[in-house]
Amino acid sequence: MLVYVVKRLLATIPVMLVVAVVVFSMLRLTAGDPAAIIAGDNATSQDIAAIRAKLGLERPIVEQFGIWISKVVRGDFGESFFFKRTVASLIAERIEPTLALAVLTLILTVCMAVPLGIVAAWRRGTWIDRGVMGLSVLGFSVPVFVIGYALIYVFAIHFAWLPVQGYQRLGEGIGGFLERLILPSVTLSVIYVALIARITRASVLEVLDADHVRTARAKGLGELPVLIRHVLRNASVPIVTVIGLGVALLIGGVVVTESVYAIPGLGRLTVDAVLARDYPTVQAVILLFSVAYVLINLLVDLTYTLLDPRIRY
Amino acid sequence: MKAVAEPSPVVLVDAAAPGVPQARGRVSRHRSIVIGGAILGAVVLMAVLAPALGTVDPAQIDPVARNRRPGAERTVRNADGTQRTLKYWMGTDSLGRDVYSRVVYGARVSLIVGATVAAISSLVGLVIGILAGYLRWLDNLVMRIMDGLMSIPAILLAIGLVMLSRAGLLSVILAIVIPEVPRVVRLVRSVVLSVREEPYVEAAIALGARLPRLFVFHVMPRTIAPLIVQATFVCASAIIVEAILSFLGVGIPPETPTWGNIMAEGRALFRIFPHNILFPGVFLAVTVLAVNMLGDGLRDTLDPRIRKRL
Repeated sequence: MLVYVVKRLLATIPVMLVVAVVVFSMLRLTAGDPAAIIAGDNATSQDIAAIRAKLGLERPIVEQFGIWISKVVRGDFGESFFFKRTVASLIAERIEPTLALAVLTLILTVCMAVPLGIVAAWRRGTWIDRGVMGLSVLGFSVPVFVIGYALIYVFAIHFAWLPVQGYQRLGEGIGGFLERLILPSVTLSVIYVALIARITRASVLEVLDADHVRTARAKGLGELPVLIRHVLRNASVPIVTVIGLGVALLIGGVVVTESVYAIPGLGRLTVDAVLARDYPTVQAVILLFSVAYVLINLLVDLTYTLLDPRIRY
Repeated sequence: MKAVAEPSPVVLVDAAAPGVPQARGRVSRHRSIVIGGAILGAVVLMAVLAPALGTVDPAQIDPVARNRRPGAERTVRNADGTQRTLKYWMGTDSLGRDVYSRVVYGARVSLIVGATVAAISSLVGLVIGILAGYLRWLDNLVMRIMDGLMSIPAILLAIGLVMLSRAGLLSVILAIVIPEVPRVVRLVRSVVLSVREEPYVEAAIALGARLPRLFVFHVMPRTIAPLIVQATFVCASAIIVEAILSFLGVGIPPETPTWGNIMAEGRALFRIFPHNILFPGVFLAVTVLAVNMLGDGLRDTLDPRIRKRL
C-alpha cells in the first residue's frame, strides 16, 4: 500500500510539471513583451525596465521557469497589478465562497444522482429508467448559466422565496449563508448529477445480474438491503472515480455560476482577472484549480482499497 | 473481453437482430438519431437561411426601440417616405437590436464553432493518437503531456487561452480545440493499442506493409466509428464552451450575434426583461440537446464495445 501511495505521488509529478509549464508559458506566448503587458498601458519605460529586472526576463527561459516555480511552490504568485496586492492574499480572501459552493454542490449531487442511477438500473427499460436517462441527456445539454437564470427567475423573482444574488459568509449566520447558496449549488449540480446518475446506472447494471446478488435475494433479503449492501458496494469504484473526474466539470461550472450569482469567489476572480488581463492572478488561479483537481483524483485512487477490499496494491 | 464469449442475457438482446445488422439500417432506425438529426437539421437550415427568415440586420442599433417586450411593434419610415411595420417577435435588447434576428444569426456562430472544433480536434487527435499508440518511444512523452493538459479544467484552459490573443472567432476555436485534443488522443491511442496486436495487422506487417500504409488502411479504419461518436460530443461541448466564453465577455466580440453574447447583453436588465436570456438560452439548449442525442444514438449503433456491454 505504502509503495503504491509513493508511486502514485511520484506519477503526479510529470503531470504537475506539464501544468506548470503550460501556465508559465501562457504569459510568454503572448505577442509582445511580457513586462510591457504586466506594466499596463500607462507605464513608463522605467516601469517596464523595473518589471523586466524583477521577473528576470534577461535570463535564459529555463532559468526563468526555475525561479518562477520555486516562488510558486512557496506560495508566492507575485503581485496582481489590477487589484494592487499580492495574488496570494487575494486568493485567500476568495477561497471560502468557492469551497462552500463546491462542497454543497458535491453533497447535493451525490444525494440526488446515486439514488436516481440505482433506481434507473433497478427498473431498467421502464419509463422510470427512460425518464432518468432523458433528464440526464437534458442535464448535459442545458448550459449552466441558462439553468442559473431559469432558477433565479422562478424562485427568486417570480415566487421571491430566495435572494436573487450575492453571498454571505458562513461566519455571519448559517441561515443567510444557506439561503444564498442553495440556488447556485442546485444550478451547479445539474450537469454533475447527469454525469453521476449515468455512471451509477451503468455500473449498477453490471453488478445487478451477478450471482451473489441472486444469492442475496434467494436467502430472503429485502430489495433495499440487496441494492445497497450487495449491489451499490460492488458498483462503487467506477462511481467514485467519475465523481473525482467530474470535479473538472465542477470547477468549470464554478467560474460560470459565480458570475451568474455574483458570488465573490475564485471563479468570479478568474473572470475579472481575465477581463483585466491580470496575468499573475489568472496563472495562479488556473494553477491552483488544476493542482486541486489532480490531488482530488489522487485521493480518489487511494480510497479504492477502502471501497473494495479485493483491490490490493 | 471474456464476457463476450460467454452466453449471457446481454448477448440475447443482440440476437433479436439476427446476424450482423447493417450499420446504416441501425442508424436510420434509431429513435434518438432521428429526433436529434431532425432538430439539428432544422437549426442548420435556420442558420443557412437566416437572411430569408424575416430578419433585419442583427447588428443594427435602434435607439428609439430599446428594451421592447416580445411581440412589440414599431412603425418605421423608409428612405423613400413609405411606412412599414416591424414586429419584434422576441423583443429588443438595451441597444434596440432585434433579438429574433440576433438569435437566428447566432445559430451560425454556434454551428461553425461546433463543427470546426469537432473536425480539427478529431483530426489532430487522430494523428497524435495513432503515432502515440504505435511508436512506443513517443507514447510515454505524449501521454504525459496529454495527462497534464487534461488536468487543467477545460473551461479554465480555454479562458486562459483566449486571453492570450485578440478575441475573435479563430482564437476562440483554437482555445476550445486545445483542451479537447487530449481526450481524442486517449481514445484513438486505446483503439490503436488493441488493434496493433491483432493477427490481421501482424499479417500486413509480415507482408511488408510500410508504416504509412499500415496506418491508413489497417489501423485508421478501426478508429473511425468511435471517433465519429467522440466528435459529436466534442461538438456539443464546444457549442457550450463558446457560449460560456461569450457570456463571460471573453469570447467573440459583443457586436457579433452569438447566443452567449445576446445573453451577456441581457444580464443587466434580466429581472425586467428576461426574454434576452430566455430565447437564446432555449435555442442553445435545444441545439446542444440535439447534438447530444445524435451522439448517444451513434454510440449505441456504431460503437460495438458499448453495444455489447449495454
